[in-house]
Amino acid sequence: MTVYSQISQNKRKTNIIVLLFFIFVSFLVYVIGRGMGYSGTSLFVFAFLLSFASSFFSYFYSDKIVLAMHKAVPADRKLHFDLYTVVENLSLASGIAKPRVYVINDLSPNAFATGRDYKHAVVVATTGLLQIMDRRELEGVIAHELSHIKNYDMLLMTIVSVMVGLVVYLTDFFMRSLWHRGSNRNNRQGSGIFLLISIILSLLSPLVATLLQLAISRKREFLADASAAYLTRYPEGLARALEKLRDTPVQLRTASNASAHLFIASPLKADSQSKPNWLVNLFSTHPPLTERVAKLRQM
Amino acid sequence: MQSSYIIILLAVLVGLYLLGMYNRLVVLLNRIKEAWSGIEVQLKRRTDLIPNLVSTVKGYAKHEKSVFENVTKARSALMGAQGVKDTQAAENMLSGALKSLFAVAEAYPELKANTNFQDLQKELSDTEDKIAYARQFYNSNVLSYNNSTKIFPNNLFASLFGFKEQEFFDVDEKETQPVKVDFEK
Repeated sequence: MTVYSQISQNKRKTNIIVLLFFIFVSFLVYVIGRGMGYSGTSLFVFAFLLSFASSFFSYFYSDKIVLAMHKAVPADRKLHFDLYTVVENLSLASGIAKPRVYVINDLSPNAFATGRDYKHAVVVATTGLLQIMDRRELEGVIAHELSHIKNYDMLLMTIVSVMVGLVVYLTDFFMRSLWHRGSNRNNRQGSGIFLLISIILSLLSPLVATLLQLAISRKREFLADASAAYLTRYPEGLARALEKLRDTPVQLRTASNASAHLFIASPLKADSQSKPNWLVNLFSTHPPLTERVAKLRQM
Repeated sequence: MQSSYIIILLAVLVGLYLLGMYNRLVVLLNRIKEAWSGIEVQLKRRTDLIPNLVSTVKGYAKHEKSVFENVTKARSALMGAQGVKDTQAAENMLSGALKSLFAVAEAYPELKANTNFQDLQKELSDTEDKIAYARQFYNSNVLSYNNSTKIFPNNLFASLFGFKEQEFFDVDEKETQPVKVDFEK
């Protein structure tokens, strides 16, 4: 498959999943609304606002939060010459302003990008990454990160996490309200069958929503890989870098589920096995490295 | 009566289309100009590095006069170059001259150990990368502009408004490999 068709295919697939997500959330809201009777609407508004507020905060301050969480320091042009200049060069190639560059002092090789838009974008690499990558491999990694910035993945993942939060809060409120219902059942008019479906949906939905979120995250990784290959015109650089990451599975000291989706390869050890089973893969923010390398080699 | 309305409507639609096309092409053309100035910045950066490099190498390899002359000549050709074609030719000439300069440097171990020389080498090779990427960005802008002027029905009107095809910044076949003096550490 060519670079062009990989790029458009991954964009199409994300759109489809996001659309499915919207349909799923609307369906859930409708069913729970019917199940609860009149109080459904206000519940929805409240759940939405709560979810929106929490996601918006992390979106707006993502750069500051993540940099502080991982104790990142600004990169020095002399000290981190390759990193600094590679970020400069690839920004030239993609026509965006150079994002700020940071370094995390950690032996585990990894990198990530974050920030709500071009102006607030940051690219971060660990010292472990700088040690093991040559310049062409580093170009591949940085191109992948810049592609996340260029594709507005931060915005997309924020919208998705607002929807996931909505589902979680909504179902949670619903289950709580059932307790209430037991004590004064006379003044509720939710119909029986919808009530039953609502209960089943409430149990399953948070899981489904999370799985959809992870599926979108994995598609964006493939998209960023393909865009990186297009940007550097040298997919082999990124392919070699990913192989190196696969073969040095040292877990990042500050790794957590909260920021896992930002990194070039999942910072959590369980996800970086060379052949994860389908169940691990289903719950992972990143596609398996072996599969990513194989796709890059096809380009 | 009825038909005159239709004609007016059609005229307005065509006018709007032409307005849209014109504005879009102007935007694309300006992007090309901006991308070109991006290349020029990097070419300037390289010409600025050269005198320093030449004097450093001269300190160790006085006898290689012809190499220095070639580099200096190519450098001033590049500085005086106007337009895409000229710049392209001068660029290729300078890259070739630098290549032989670095090849000569290989024979002088003391020169190779000089930290100043190593820094210059690093900077120059980085500038090569920058020129390559700036050129790639320029070419992709030229591509989208040229495509816009050639698709139907834009192709019927583009030349009418004086939108000409823009040139790509091409490289010598030989030069598609970065200047291969071993820059890695």
